[in-house]
Amino acid sequence: MSTDTAQSVLNTKDISRTKRKLDARGKFALVFRYLALIILLVIAVLPIYIMVINSVKGITAVSQSTAFIPPRKLDFASWGQTWPILREPMLRTLIFVLQSSIISAIIGSINGFVFAKWRFKGSNVIFTMFLFGMFIPYQAIMIPLVQFNNSIGLSRSIYVLVVAHVIYGIPICTLIFRNYYAAIPNELIEAARVDGASTVRIYLTIILPLSIPGFVVVLIWQFTSAWNDFLFAIFLTGGSPKLSVATTALNFITGSADRVYYGNNMTASLIVSIPTLLVYMFLGRYFLRGLLSGSLKG
Amino acid sequence: MALIKKKKKLINPWGGFFFVLPSILLMSYFVYGMIFWTLRLSFGRRTNSSSTDDSFAGLSNFTGLLDDPEFTHAFSNLLKFTFVFIFGCLLSGLIMALLLEKGIRGEGLFRSIYLYPMAISFIAMGTSWRWLLDSARDEKATGLNMIFQWLNLGFLQNDWYTSEKGSMYAMALPAIWQMAGYVMALFLAGFRGIPDDLREAARVDGASEYKIYRHILFPQLSPTFLTVLIILGHISMKVFDLIYGIASKSYVTKVLAIYLWQVIFDFQNFAKGAAIAILMLVLVAIVVIPYLRYVTKSEDARS
Repeated sequence: MSTDTAQSVLNTKDISRTKRKLDARGKFALVFRYLALIILLVIAVLPIYIMVINSVKGITAVSQSTAFIPPRKLDFASWGQTWPILREPMLRTLIFVLQSSIISAIIGSINGFVFAKWRFKGSNVIFTMFLFGMFIPYQAIMIPLVQFNNSIGLSRSIYVLVVAHVIYGIPICTLIFRNYYAAIPNELIEAARVDGASTVRIYLTIILPLSIPGFVVVLIWQFTSAWNDFLFAIFLTGGSPKLSVATTALNFITGSADRVYYGNNMTASLIVSIPTLLVYMFLGRYFLRGLLSGSLKG
Repeated sequence: MALIKKKKKLINPWGGFFFVLPSILLMSYFVYGMIFWTLRLSFGRRTNSSSTDDSFAGLSNFTGLLDDPEFTHAFSNLLKFTFVFIFGCLLSGLIMALLLEKGIRGEGLFRSIYLYPMAISFIAMGTSWRWLLDSARDEKATGLNMIFQWLNLGFLQNDWYTSEKGSMYAMALPAIWQMAGYVMALFLAGFRGIPDDLREAARVDGASEYKIYRHILFPQLSPTFLTVLIILGHISMKVFDLIYGIASKSYVTKVLAIYLWQVIFDFQNFAKGAAIAILMLVLVAIVVIPYLRYVTKSEDARS
């Protein structure tokens, strides 16, 4: 049921079937629809358009009054200036985000399997308790978390963010896998059981090989949310430049006093957005699935 | 059949519990334990970084908030923001879904472009939005104010997020921009979940398109409306990066999450910070817990 909902959004409606000969009124309605869609498209694209064109205008030519006007010739000077600052934080982010997403996916898959196919007494209640953890404002756990973090000395390492994203990612990852596994027919598992396979073996030999799409959804979801995370990063790394990640490094650039280097701000924002944009461009349908499961309906 | 039943008994019902136990422990400690810890702090007296006073202060941290004009300011800002944000997202998401739901050439392209803002960090988008929402007017106008002039709508120019009264309404614009695609996807999923026969039958009966939407499709969408409201509501209560990315800690756009950060980091008042955090949690819980019960109940009914 779960994947059906996402799939129904992803499948474009078969228009050839419902296509009827359009009368004049129908044609007008179609033109109007496209016009509205295109206006919305322009609004959606505008902020990223500004980022892109102002990142290739060099250093001095960038000004707010010409924000919408594309450059006459491409000048990548601001890329040359910002990339060296962002390179190290971006690499650090990439490494920690990959680690946390992989661990999250493994934990999510095991939990999801149990909550879907290996239930025990009270498992539904526990699952609901997990889900609540997905909605809480993280501020409600942040002060103890920072104290805990200081007391065990993790605060001097980037692993604190791996741990935080793994723990607070448990609800959503469990949910995505649970919904995914719920769609696998019970008969498949029963048949294996009749053949004498243990539940662990069923998980490893039957369920896991079927789980690749689920893994992709979770990996992408965790990747994007950890990459874009700002709250955990500023609270847990305490603004230490040695632990700066993509968003905190970007905030340091754009939030610093010399906002005069508009071009650099735009370029830095764009560079930091590139990894998640690429993921979205190539694996957008999996991202959408993660997004829809976040509503508990997906 | 008898064989299967026999086999079933051989399966250890606590095996599953054993495998989720690590997660249960982590969630108990890092979610529920820490919430409890925060709750304890909110009733305590640790009002500065060096304080180790563990005595109870009762509700004084909470009642203190009511007398704190910055808190009430942040709270009313949050309400204003929530109202416009939810309304704007519902409206724009629904329009997008209505334009797309019957199927149109290029749907995939429109859909993915409407959704891409969800994939970008609020901190990164803040840079562009600061420009778009620049408050300079007339000859000096830039951003949206300049666009208004091009469109001969100069009277629409305003101070955006720096204005004293309208700051939160302006701040809702980038938030709507970012979330509208998500709402569209939820509605689209809702529309596509309605069997085509329903619509066809109404059409055969001679119902107008308007009537089909009004009396057949929209009533079917009420669970989707509920979901959207809950999702937007809890996101709104927690809004932080988006506002910080555009206006930093500026007074006019302060909301609970921003104020909480200041209270903890700048003033080191943990007791007060904890009280604000607990309030945020309560606000979210009021919306989310009934929803969780509703969802799990309807799932039980289905299985």
